[in-house]
Amino acid sequence: MIRDNNFKTDPDVITIRAMRGWSSLNLRDLWKYRELLYFMVWRDIKVRYKQAVLGIAWAILLPVVNIVIFSFVFGILLKQNQGGVNYPLLSAVGLLPWGLFAGALQRCSSSLVGNTNLITKVYFPRLIIPVASVLSGLVDFGISSLVVFSLMIYFRAPLSWSMLWLLPLTLLVLLTSLAVGLWLSALNVQYRDVQYIVPFLITTWMYASPVAYSASLVTGRILRIVYGLNPMAGVIQGFRWAIMGGDPPGELFVVSIIMVLVLFISGLFYFRRMERTFADTI
Amino acid sequence: MSNVIRVDQVSKRFRIGLVHQRYQTLSEKISNTLSAPLRTFRRIQTPKTDSEDTIWALRDISFDVPQGQILGIIGRNGAGKSTLLKILSRITEPTEGSITIRGRVGSLLEVGTGFHPELTGRENIYLNGAILGMKRTEIERKFDEIIAFSEIEKFIDTPVKRYSSGMYLRLAFAVAAHLEPEILVVDEVLAVGDAEFQKKCLGKMGDVAQQGRTVLFVSHNMSAILRLTHESIVLANGRMVMRAPSGEAVDFYLSAGNPKAGERVWEAAEIPADAAPFCPIAVRLLDKKGKVVDTIRSTEQFTIEVEYSLSSPLTGLRIGIYLSTTRGEYVFTSFDTDDAGKFEEIGSRSAGRYVSRCRVPADLLNNGYFILSINASSYRIRRYFQDEQALTFTVNTDGAPGSQWAEPRLGLVRPRFDWTIDKVE
Repeated sequence: MIRDNNFKTDPDVITIRAMRGWSSLNLRDLWKYRELLYFMVWRDIKVRYKQAVLGIAWAILLPVVNIVIFSFVFGILLKQNQGGVNYPLLSAVGLLPWGLFAGALQRCSSSLVGNTNLITKVYFPRLIIPVASVLSGLVDFGISSLVVFSLMIYFRAPLSWSMLWLLPLTLLVLLTSLAVGLWLSALNVQYRDVQYIVPFLITTWMYASPVAYSASLVTGRILRIVYGLNPMAGVIQGFRWAIMGGDPPGELFVVSIIMVLVLFISGLFYFRRMERTFADTI
Repeated sequence: MSNVIRVDQVSKRFRIGLVHQRYQTLSEKISNTLSAPLRTFRRIQTPKTDSEDTIWALRDISFDVPQGQILGIIGRNGAGKSTLLKILSRITEPTEGSITIRGRVGSLLEVGTGFHPELTGRENIYLNGAILGMKRTEIERKFDEIIAFSEIEKFIDTPVKRYSSGMYLRLAFAVAAHLEPEILVVDEVLAVGDAEFQKKCLGKMGDVAQQGRTVLFVSHNMSAILRLTHESIVLANGRMVMRAPSGEAVDFYLSAGNPKAGERVWEAAEIPADAAPFCPIAVRLLDKKGKVVDTIRSTEQFTIEVEYSLSSPLTGLRIGIYLSTTRGEYVFTSFDTDDAGKFEEIGSRSAGRYVSRCRVPADLLNNGYFILSINASSYRIRRYFQDEQALTFTVNTDGAPGSQWAEPRLGLVRPRFDWTIDKVE
């Protein structure tokens, strides 16, 4: 058989063969399919609000209800708001990134299984599915931010330049949920046990993060570093600092970021490794 | 002409475990892992045979496709057609071998992939288009054309969950038909929809061919294969058994399926697990003396018998036979309980072994090659089993009306009519 050489040099040529071991991330393909990513995010958002009578109002109602409950249970019953702490604002600022994280993680971990029909019928970089499920939480997050912003105005909390840090911090929340979500979504394809673990994981994780309380309650250098192993601890602390001032998140934050990067990169490679058997095992 | 697809010794192995049991649970995985050393030890003692728990869905498939060719892929259910298309579409990877493809591949293994019931027709066009690999600007450019093709302009802003299944398919196919990749991979998607729309879709597929694009086309509809493709490959049990001009390939496929002419016996491995409680045993073609034959005389009556067993009682069961030509035209459909009285009387069949016999009168069929499909179902409840090419046979019209003239006769039937000739003036 004559091998024509342009078969190999042409950029449009693809070769399909069994991959062994760890494969490259193939980010070029991901870029080629960026419009699909946009449409998947758009679909998730559209569908979420389409059949709900209250529609977008849910995105306001849920954080408000949470803030009220937290303020009552922790602020009034457990007296967390001693010493001049504005507990409603403290919990609102904690709940803001937490809501984004918990929602994204929940959707992300079930995203592959929920899109079985796509995975078994069409090719596209599978990474698009978990990434889209994480990004689609941004609309809710935007609305929740307005709630927090209104609270700030109500409590006459001063605006400051440090609020600009919210942007990279939000990216970090997305990255954290994607990092964990990549692992869980790929594992869920093979072991459906994951779907039972996720709600439990999210609840536990919330109490291990400074959502309902201030991170300053955790004292001692060693304990704080261990605490920082939970990436959400640093992020939420960062949100509080950017909005309410106080101590900037120091070493806690560095540990968090390292932790996220380790989870994210390992998650990406694990996902890519499992990706090629998704259509056969799902 | 240069080749745009090169398939080189592709094989695909499935673990049977993956077929029956779709996923493991974590606890099974843990207990498997714990018992692994023990199993490894046992395996050393008894040499391992890999045929036990794996099946080869494809074995050593190699072929090239030149640019602009429409290549048909034919084979029985389970021959590996779908697996081959899935590998070509990059949905799953081959176990061995490689495929090189030059150009953008669009695959249509199903119409309406990714349609969301809550979204409107308009929204689904964008979503589905993007999923099939179209650019947003491309979808916008073809939008009006897609709507026109689908013939559902009025409902374009209605959620597709309110569509009838026909409308849904029209819209889905309209999007798919406007996909313009350099290489198009199409599975049995034309089998759906009403006849007129099917014709329109086949026309559209023909246009694609005119534009010099390469198409790989799987179908059970032999007339579509013959009409659209020049060349076809035949798959059987995961191997490629033939590549030839489509006419030849279709004939080979239709005759090769039945080594034992006049009778088809199903083996346990061929019966899908979800057929239970129905279990097909055999279908036979008998001449008027009761002998199993593969050629019948049109001037004599013949019998089609379907033998099957039921592992538990079944209500409303009907055994259907469908006769069609190699071009895919149906000649007739008949069920063993077509007679309303008999349907009432039989109602439920208890567990056991049965034979349903259909006596076909003489002077019915014209000469040619016919395909018999069989089907077992309960109306509107479930289809238990189906074989779209259970048997093939030839009809010989020696002695039929008009055989004194040695010219071919048009038509599928060769009835003996009662003519009178009167002189009126």
